[in-house]
Amino acid sequence: MVTYLDHAATTPMVAESIAAMTAELGQVGNPSSLHSVGRRARRVVEESREIIAEAFGARPSEVVFTGGGTEADNLAVKGLFWARRAADPRRTRVLASAIEHHAVLDAAQWLADHEGARVELIPVDEYGRVSPDTLRAMIGEDVALVTVMWANNEVGTVQPIEELAAVAREHGVPFHSDAVQAAAQLPVDFAAGGDALSVSGHKLGGPLGIGALLLAKGVDPTPVLHGGGQERDVRSGTLDTPAIAGFAAAVQVAAAGRAAGAARLTALRDTLVERVRAAVPDAVLNGHPTLRLPGNAHFSFPGCEGDALLMLLDARGIECSTGSACSAGVSQPSHVLLAMGADAARARGSLRFTLGHDSTAADVDALVDAIGPVVDRARRAGLS
Amino acid sequence: MTLRVLAAMSGGVDSAVAAARAAEAGHDVTGVHMALSSNPKSYRSGARGCCTLEDSRDARRAADVIGIPFYVWDLAERFDRDVVQDFVDEYAAGRTPNPCLRCNEKIKFAALLDKALALGFDAVCTGHYARLDDGVLRRGVDEGKDQSYVLAVCTREQLAHAMFPLGDTTKADIRREAERRGLRVADKPDSHDICFIADGDTRGFLAERLGAAPGPIVDTSGEVVGEHDGAYSYTVGQRKGLRIGRPAPDGKPRYVLDISPVNNTVTVGPREALDVHEITGERPVWLAAPPAGPHDCQVQLRAHGEVYDCTAGVEGDLVRIRLHAPAKGVATGQAAVLYDGDTVLGSATIAATDSVFA
Repeated sequence: MVTYLDHAATTPMVAESIAAMTAELGQVGNPSSLHSVGRRARRVVEESREIIAEAFGARPSEVVFTGGGTEADNLAVKGLFWARRAADPRRTRVLASAIEHHAVLDAAQWLADHEGARVELIPVDEYGRVSPDTLRAMIGEDVALVTVMWANNEVGTVQPIEELAAVAREHGVPFHSDAVQAAAQLPVDFAAGGDALSVSGHKLGGPLGIGALLLAKGVDPTPVLHGGGQERDVRSGTLDTPAIAGFAAAVQVAAAGRAAGAARLTALRDTLVERVRAAVPDAVLNGHPTLRLPGNAHFSFPGCEGDALLMLLDARGIECSTGSACSAGVSQPSHVLLAMGADAARARGSLRFTLGHDSTAADVDALVDAIGPVVDRARRAGLS
Repeated sequence: MTLRVLAAMSGGVDSAVAAARAAEAGHDVTGVHMALSSNPKSYRSGARGCCTLEDSRDARRAADVIGIPFYVWDLAERFDRDVVQDFVDEYAAGRTPNPCLRCNEKIKFAALLDKALALGFDAVCTGHYARLDDGVLRRGVDEGKDQSYVLAVCTREQLAHAMFPLGDTTKADIRREAERRGLRVADKPDSHDICFIADGDTRGFLAERLGAAPGPIVDTSGEVVGEHDGAYSYTVGQRKGLRIGRPAPDGKPRYVLDISPVNNTVTVGPREALDVHEITGERPVWLAAPPAGPHDCQVQLRAHGEVYDCTAGVEGDLVRIRLHAPAKGVATGQAAVLYDGDTVLGSATIAATDSVFA
């Protein structure tokens, strides 16, 4: 019996998505072909595009399919930087929140290392929130783009995206938001959220290896992938019809059940937080108490090492994550927690539990039964 | 009895088969790869050492094939302090350390074992070629691969939580077994030399950390016969790489007889002058009961080295080892491991010898 509390890593596919995808796997047809099987595939792709556009408040022409969230982030960050600098060479600054996913941070850092970009990290408060005033103080004509994630993948903090996007708009600077984590659980509205928005299939009950960058009309990044000119000439490559069909089906399910699902997950998550704190009174909830992803609970357990907690829970069939990136399998202190002002010990002793569409009260029960003894055990092993 | 076993997995064939055997014996096994460098790329590249990213992936792949959980534990700080720094310090003091032995003593059966025990494991399993039955440590059956020497520094308490499943098998059979088990590391080359010296250039490694310290090379009469860049890069018994311009008067090769860090002098001389009849060992570790009086046994003075008949006795905190026939080129800092046949009695660090110049 396995208790899966790692929906931020990936979610099980919903039945509708599996059905839509497998139906397409048996079909032939390149959506770019002019003949009938091509036309059939193209119809599937375009209907999927319409479903996804509608779910996120975008126009179908604003949906650019990618190979996932990381590619969408890279296209947005690099592509917008290149295009903006090409239009005006003074635009070399990239403003990114300090708590971005590495798909954004490392893409920006690559621009700094190879393209002369000046990357400036927008600081966050103790909850991991970016203040619109902070952005206002940093932004200027020489900024190529601003990128702030909709909700953080580690601590779940939700950003004031509409206000941040408005600040960027006042200065005519394109605003990108990585909504990979938010898309499944929050009403992500592209119209309110700026010029570019990344979403991913497998984080919302769809297949792996498919995502999209929503790009407002007139926002044209320089391509990262060159080739056949698909997707507005912005992202070349034969479209993956089965994955796109599965992605759209999952988006449709997520969008239809979003409000009810969010309420259910919030209640379940609050129970989890309350009961974990009852079992481990000194556990610290990281991130914002209320402005957080419905399915996210992220704790620091003082005196414990996150890796030890993870292993001990894994041995009891409870699957979660430290939430931070690995280097050769060795976890590094989370840049998110450090940006929020946590010390290295608090950052190392943290664990992320993330609920999703198939999570139940039994999952919370299993965690609550295990967490007390596990923390005791890890504490004895200490921060060696 | 089912034990909770932590299998230390280097990414090599031995530790992979050891983990597989422990799992097959019915134990609850978890694989752990020790990350020993905070910057893994700086260590040996290719698949020969035990510290590279590739090794970590090999270990993970083996764990997946065996079907056991796998984690990477970061022990880089402890390794750097207790093994790498110790290695440098020992050379700087004119001794010749054995870092593999130190790693067993301070890392595998200390830092790793302590953490494992604290987390609820009962034992640490490794791919060493040695036999361990009821606390009795014996040589592995594969004489060429036997690693009891580098394990003999471990205390009874440490070994009480150790598991060496390969001691009864030859390396050739282990490779065949790995292949049969579908472990892709079956034909991975053996690791050699020192894992944290990427290019095998120990002298260069030491020079980088200790700096150039030129000094004289003298012969047994005290006459200067050459110059060295740092006494630390020599080992007693060493013959090659002395860079002495002129030959000895008798035309015979010369050997390092003594390294004196105090006056930064390396003494060389004829082979006969390397003869050692008596060794003083410090910090003894006894796996058997310490001998009450002079005890006839055997001693090994370096890894895979010759075995000498001897009489050993305890003198206070020290062990006095009298060799029945002289040994050559005995370096301080190495371990003297006492055996009775193939059974390890105990070990001590060589502190002094009766060599004329020691």
